[in-house]
Amino acid sequence: MQNTILYSLTILLVLISFLKDKTKTKQALIKAWKSFENILPQMLGIIASVGIIIALLNPEVISKIIGGSSGWFGVILAAIVGSVTLIPGFVAFPTAAILLQNGAGYMQLGAFISTLMMVGIMTMPMEIKFFGKKSTFLRNGLAFIFSFLVAFVIGKVVG
Amino acid sequence: MKAIKKYLVFIFASIIIGLAFLWNKEIGLKAIDTVRFSFKEMMMVLPPIFILLGLLDVWVPKDTMVKFMGEDSGLLGVLLAFLLGSAAAGPLYGAFPVAAVFMKKGVKFTNILILIGAWSTTKIPMFLFELTSLGPKFAFTRLLINIPIIIMIAFIINKSLNEKEVKEIYALAEKF
Repeated sequence: MQNTILYSLTILLVLISFLKDKTKTKQALIKAWKSFENILPQMLGIIASVGIIIALLNPEVISKIIGGSSGWFGVILAAIVGSVTLIPGFVAFPTAAILLQNGAGYMQLGAFISTLMMVGIMTMPMEIKFFGKKSTFLRNGLAFIFSFLVAFVIGKVVG
Repeated sequence: MKAIKKYLVFIFASIIIGLAFLWNKEIGLKAIDTVRFSFKEMMMVLPPIFILLGLLDVWVPKDTMVKFMGEDSGLLGVLLAFLLGSAAAGPLYGAFPVAAVFMKKGVKFTNILILIGAWSTTKIPMFLFELTSLGPKFAFTRLLINIPIIIMIAFIINKSLNEKEVKEIYALAEKF
């Protein structure tokens, strides 16, 4: 559904652009290809490495680590696991629901989801290419710290 | 040789997956499955994003972007950064090239950081997913607490970097 919108919009805009100015459109497409090619090797590297990590971590293992009675220790572990894994959202949320059924706590899950989305250890080399070292470390570090606040609030409100 | 170096991580990881497959078929297959899935996601989402970026780059004048999201764009710039990031598709690494083009077009640094934050945590399609998987109480609590956090992270990073460091980041963007 989202992809249909994205593709229709892109095709429509390329057509309009082409009707208005052929050379500019060509320029745009060349730019698109160049930047895609530029990040492709790193992206393939990330995808393959993540495949290994996910294969080793299954829901039962994660649930055991971040169970409802695991307290702040579980929250810290959950935050670390969330930071190193990189799971597409439509896999992550159903997985989180399974984790919940397997006994994971809300607070721990809050930390897991939060770092999963905001902190990306695997994508850091790529982020550094765009944002430099200092900004990248700051963003990931702050996101990691703030995830504990998210966990705390979710634990209080939902748990 | 240069091509091999560029793909070194990928080649290395692929070898490990191959070894994992030999060691334990189940784990190997699971890894291959995840790779295939992520690859499909990447190939579905990224090409249109890059084409839209290419079009933005050639068609939208810098002045327009500066006016809406530049140094003096104020609250409007913040709102636009939130909306664009939340409406985005694809994983966080798709946001970095977007940030680079926005930098080239003179978008304010805090707005770029807000865009990255929104892209990572307040994406609308993902929110709907969260709503159905973890329930409204969880999803809304997380959303409400994350919005101020995204803004805070953006401002803390911006305050921590001096003018020269921000300029260097913008110079990196010119390469893309």
